[in-house]
Amino acid sequence: MEGIWLIISIIVPATIRSATPLIFTALGGNFSERSGVVNIGLEGIMTVGAFGAVYFSYITGSPWMGLLGAMVVGGLFGLLLAFLSINFKANQVIVGTAINILAASLTTFLLVEVWGRPGQTNSVSAFSNWGPFNIFTYLAFILVAVSYYVMFKTPFGLRLRAVGEHPKAADTLGVNVQLTRYICVVLSGVLGGIGGASLSIGSLNLFKEGMVAGRGFIALAALIFGKWNPLGAAGACLFFGFAVALETVSSNLPIPREFIFAMPYILTMFAVSGFIGKSVAPAASGVPYEKGER
Amino acid sequence: MKLSTVIEMKGISKSFPGIKANDNINLSVEKGEIHVLLGENGAGKSTLMNILYGLYQPDEGQIYVKEKAIRISNPNIAITLGIGMVHQHFMLVQPFTVAENIVLGSEPKKGTSLDLDKAVKDVEELSKKYELKVDPNSLISDISVGMQQRVEILKTLYRGADILILDEPTAVLTPQEIEELGIILKSLVNQGKTIILITHKLKEVMAMSDRVTIIRRGKVIDTLHTKDTNIDELAEKMVGRKVNLQVEKSDKQAASPVLEVKGLKALDTRGLEAVKGVDFEVRGGEILGIAGVDGNGQTQLLQALTGLQKPTAGEVLLNGKEITALPPRDVIESGVGHIPEDRHKRGLVLNFSLAENAILGSHRNKNFRGRFGMNYPKIREHARRLIHDFDVRTPNENVEARSLSGGNQQKMIIAREVDRDPGLCIAAQPTRGLDVGAIEFVHKRLVELRDSGKAVLLVSLELDEIMSLSDRIAVMYDGKIVAIVDAKDATEKKLGILMAGGSLQDEK
Repeated sequence: MEGIWLIISIIVPATIRSATPLIFTALGGNFSERSGVVNIGLEGIMTVGAFGAVYFSYITGSPWMGLLGAMVVGGLFGLLLAFLSINFKANQVIVGTAINILAASLTTFLLVEVWGRPGQTNSVSAFSNWGPFNIFTYLAFILVAVSYYVMFKTPFGLRLRAVGEHPKAADTLGVNVQLTRYICVVLSGVLGGIGGASLSIGSLNLFKEGMVAGRGFIALAALIFGKWNPLGAAGACLFFGFAVALETVSSNLPIPREFIFAMPYILTMFAVSGFIGKSVAPAASGVPYEKGER
Repeated sequence: MKLSTVIEMKGISKSFPGIKANDNINLSVEKGEIHVLLGENGAGKSTLMNILYGLYQPDEGQIYVKEKAIRISNPNIAITLGIGMVHQHFMLVQPFTVAENIVLGSEPKKGTSLDLDKAVKDVEELSKKYELKVDPNSLISDISVGMQQRVEILKTLYRGADILILDEPTAVLTPQEIEELGIILKSLVNQGKTIILITHKLKEVMAMSDRVTIIRRGKVIDTLHTKDTNIDELAEKMVGRKVNLQVEKSDKQAASPVLEVKGLKALDTRGLEAVKGVDFEVRGGEILGIAGVDGNGQTQLLQALTGLQKPTAGEVLLNGKEITALPPRDVIESGVGHIPEDRHKRGLVLNFSLAENAILGSHRNKNFRGRFGMNYPKIREHARRLIHDFDVRTPNENVEARSLSGGNQQKMIIAREVDRDPGLCIAAQPTRGLDVGAIEFVHKRLVELRDSGKAVLLVSLELDEIMSLSDRIAVMYDGKIVAIVDAKDATEKKLGILMAGGSLQDEK
């Protein structure tokens, strides 16, 4: 009996901790996709966010400046995606993939430029825990509520969903389709940046190459799993977090360790293939808006 | 009452690459009238109205609204001027409610929140005031097309429009819904609104309008008072020559059944049953028309017949031989010609040359094959013959199918399908989006096929087309054939009742 309580007392906080970076990024993806722009680049945005957080914390000595820096860097990458996919109507999946590659190579390069060695940065000042969690976890849950409110209870939310479903309808009613998409995509960059920062100056106090390790993609899967709803996405993130947490106690469980390692990815595949319930994407997601098109 | 001019458009010109859509157009609309813009597809009516609504900018010309010169650079300006537009393809967000769609862009607020309760109340009030019945809380995806149109009209009224532009509002309605729309428009005019109606249907001009402006090839031909004109005069002005609106068709005895369909069922893309067990036959030498409002299972029926989707039950016999659930290749080879519903999606490969398009479906034919690849000289020769025989207007057979007008694209498809000499020709919406001249041509060809003893299955949303071509008419409603009537006994009213799901017994 006591053993089970011990396992639970380990798993629950571990679940929440693993879910934290996913939640920020999934919320970011939520805004972007609901407005009609697929953001495959979230993985890369998390990477530059994680790096930016460490860099700005390093030069200022303040983790708060690190967080702010991560938001700015993430936002700038969001802006790049917005510019290429909204103004130039580039294929959003390709632009997103390019951003992922750019982010991976840019951080590797800057790592050597700034710290003079590959692999990982020096330790910088990071956020310490408040109670059982660090500040990011509390912020994540607050942002879930705020995102839900914005998306479903405000005029802006109604417009952004309309733009993602039927941009021409929104346009004929005088809603600025391009501006709405810009705001949402930049916002998704900012949120993805925070997600990255929560890894580098939340869970750790340094940046390592490859530290994001597919979390950007898992967050996208959580978004689909959660049916493009902030609450559902957060739930899915917790679920994926749970799978990760299981790893930490896997030696005590009668399941092969390798299987548990693979769990998040298997669940992701189920989620993306629409195996668990029907999940309908915003109709205009991924489609550039052509104003004059008949 | 003194009439005042609410809209005046002077010398409007607008060019798109390769075409002058509007050429020095003058239009004036008076307060409280229903003014029709009449013209064929591509004549420039929609362009002109999109300019008035601020979606396009004119190259030249001046617009006066309520006698003030103004530049309308975006829809917001049009909306503040009191101009509202109901587009041909509805601009409704499917997963939103009626109320959400109506307030989108000018939402009532409570603090920072969207005040949905007030939105619902506002919509209810408007709906009562203008007698446009809608349920504010229904999702758009759950309501009928007629209801969706009312939502579109309410959208403009919510924004305080007193000049309403309706672009081809009757294209998707049943005859009864069209009549209702007529009543709605009259009552709007009685409450002081002005209405501009875009259409190419002459009957509606006569029934609904006070004045009519005819546009042909981007130019205004004439503006007339409706009461001083008639259908034949309007048709002539619209097309630019005398047209024969009547389809010439001799009486003909139908032969034995070519196509027999028994208990056919098929699903739609969402996995719901869209065709719920239909039985009918098409005989040699007859045209069987399938009438019905869009979305009653016609598309799935066509796909099940042509092999594009597998039916879930039932059988399809062609000349007594079973062709149920065969792949499209075998359906074609057993002698079925198919003029598809959507010519861009299913009829042509737009980026291929006409020559290549001319042999789609017959590309395995030995005649078109060389030793290793395709025999292009032969293919081009074949295409040239079709282009000549079917009067396809094109510079040559090497241009992309994309560059042709809709009418000529359709002629190319018909040429290809008819030339294969099929025992059964399935024609789905064969004249959708075509001008009167091309329609005449398509109709003549279909009647020729029938006269040569072939079976023709015609599926169309245009009731006039069904009535003038068919020998027998099957009415499809909610996935079933609710009645098959002889064309001689069919009236628009009868068919309209059947198309809306009513039965003829109630009528008596």
